[in-house]
Amino acid sequence: MMRALHDRLNALFPLGELTEQRPDLAFLTVPREHLRSIILHLRDLEGFSHLVLLTAVDWLEEGNFQLTYLLSNRGKAVDLGLRVMIPRDGASMDSIHDIWPTAATYQRELREMFGIQFPDSPGVNDDFILEGWIDMPPYRRDFDTKAFSAKTFKEREGRMTTDPEQHMKQQLYPDGA
Amino acid sequence: MSYTPDRSQYPAKKADGTLDIDLTSGKYLKLWHGPNHPGITGNMSVELTVCGDEVVDAKTHVGYLHRGFEKLMERRSFIQVFPIVCRVCVPEPDFNEYCYAAAVEELAGIKVPPLADWIRTLILEMGRVNSYMMYLGGQAGAFGLGVIGQWTTYVRDLMLDRFEELTGARIYHMFIMPGGVRDRLPEGFEQRMEETLREIESTLKDVYDVMFCNAVFKKRSVGVGYIDPALMDAYGVTGPNARAGGVAKDVRRDQPYLVYNELDFEPVVGKDSDIYTRADVRRRDVTMSVDLIRQILAKMPKDGPVMAVTPNVLHWKIPRGETYIRGECSRGEYGYYLVTDGSGFPRRINVRGPSYTHAVALLERMIVNLNISDVAGLMVSLHTYPPEIER
Repeated sequence: MMRALHDRLNALFPLGELTEQRPDLAFLTVPREHLRSIILHLRDLEGFSHLVLLTAVDWLEEGNFQLTYLLSNRGKAVDLGLRVMIPRDGASMDSIHDIWPTAATYQRELREMFGIQFPDSPGVNDDFILEGWIDMPPYRRDFDTKAFSAKTFKEREGRMTTDPEQHMKQQLYPDGA
Repeated sequence: MSYTPDRSQYPAKKADGTLDIDLTSGKYLKLWHGPNHPGITGNMSVELTVCGDEVVDAKTHVGYLHRGFEKLMERRSFIQVFPIVCRVCVPEPDFNEYCYAAAVEELAGIKVPPLADWIRTLILEMGRVNSYMMYLGGQAGAFGLGVIGQWTTYVRDLMLDRFEELTGARIYHMFIMPGGVRDRLPEGFEQRMEETLREIESTLKDVYDVMFCNAVFKKRSVGVGYIDPALMDAYGVTGPNARAGGVAKDVRRDQPYLVYNELDFEPVVGKDSDIYTRADVRRRDVTMSVDLIRQILAKMPKDGPVMAVTPNVLHWKIPRGETYIRGECSRGEYGYYLVTDGSGFPRRINVRGPSYTHAVALLERMIVNLNISDVAGLMVSLHTYPPEIER
């Protein structure tokens, strides 16, 4: 069924790789300029009326963010994940809040956690979870939580930290055997 | 006689469509509903703009409970993630365990033994009963019926006893792990569970008489907090909130997982889409869960392994891939989106909690035009748990 849907979409839009994960779940890479048209087509003509989630994956080594739009067709009990790759530098994407109002919340979180801009999304620049955050968006792979913590918070006096591997070696083999 | 406020012209709107609210005029007031308020569901707050005792604008604020779980999980091996996931949702943690375990198993190609699937289904239904019991107490409490919460807490406690003897823990069970479940049912569990189920049924009858037939509760909840069924898909509404509006969304039937296709049930559906109907759908859902637990205990295999052979967890690498696993929790569709990159750590885990859509976009829309005293009742009726919004 997902293959037939792919063929129908392929006749209308240029598409990327199709991954059939399960009979009822597939992921499809789509070009960013066609994303809105494909989503509208899927929602209005193919029955994918439910936006399950919108999230991002940071492929730091490849210099890309992957945006995943997971859509569900409840009547046919199938899900389709649309993957859009956008460059990490100056990451920006078209908003889909006019297609699903609830997408505005996801976009607000992605702006805050990954630094991806959604210029027309309502309230997208309002703080969502991190009030008064001034550092790098924390869900980016290159955000170092340990370095941030060392820089921001003071170490409590009298606290001893040991390397777990060294500690266990010491416990198990005290004479270094 | 019900009062229907007309806010089509008031407050006035600016040219860009936003509300023209001048707080210095003395006509409007900002009122914070939470984060510490008995009528708020967990650690979140709603910033209300009120005119008299009516709400004209609202904004949800979350972040009081953010622990960066999704980031934490990226730095841990697949087995180290397992004790973290249940902490995402306190009152019903088992869905996190199931969705995470099933996602890992799918990407790693592990087949779970049939008995483990039955025990997983049993645990999820037990958790659902617990979650609904907390809800019923909260919903009644929001409208001034304090005693209901005491009754439902009592039977929830009995179910926690069953959890304790089955898993060793009352709240965070950590029983469903990648590969299966940790153990079989203890000796005599079925008998003690039957006694608990009878107590729940008896309490539910009292709850029905005292809460659902109560004139005050009816007056406060019938016709209040209406969700238009046409908005269900636009706002991602799932679970009892959708079913109370006649939209029969139930993952257990629509896309059966575990052993739900071997159980006999029909999703509970309402019609009026108001607070009363949502509460009633949940009450009937408890009855259905009680029935499902009996069916599971009667039909489940009595013997067999409960854990598949898994790789050495210290050196467990999963090939590059992505998947999404969903289940029907007491609040709607709960899901885990897992991405792996061939290393020993997840590349990305995204938790899709139903409260994410219900408590922000939907709540902000529904709360407008409501009386201040009904805000708590409306919030509880959406059955939101903030931790799953901010993960």
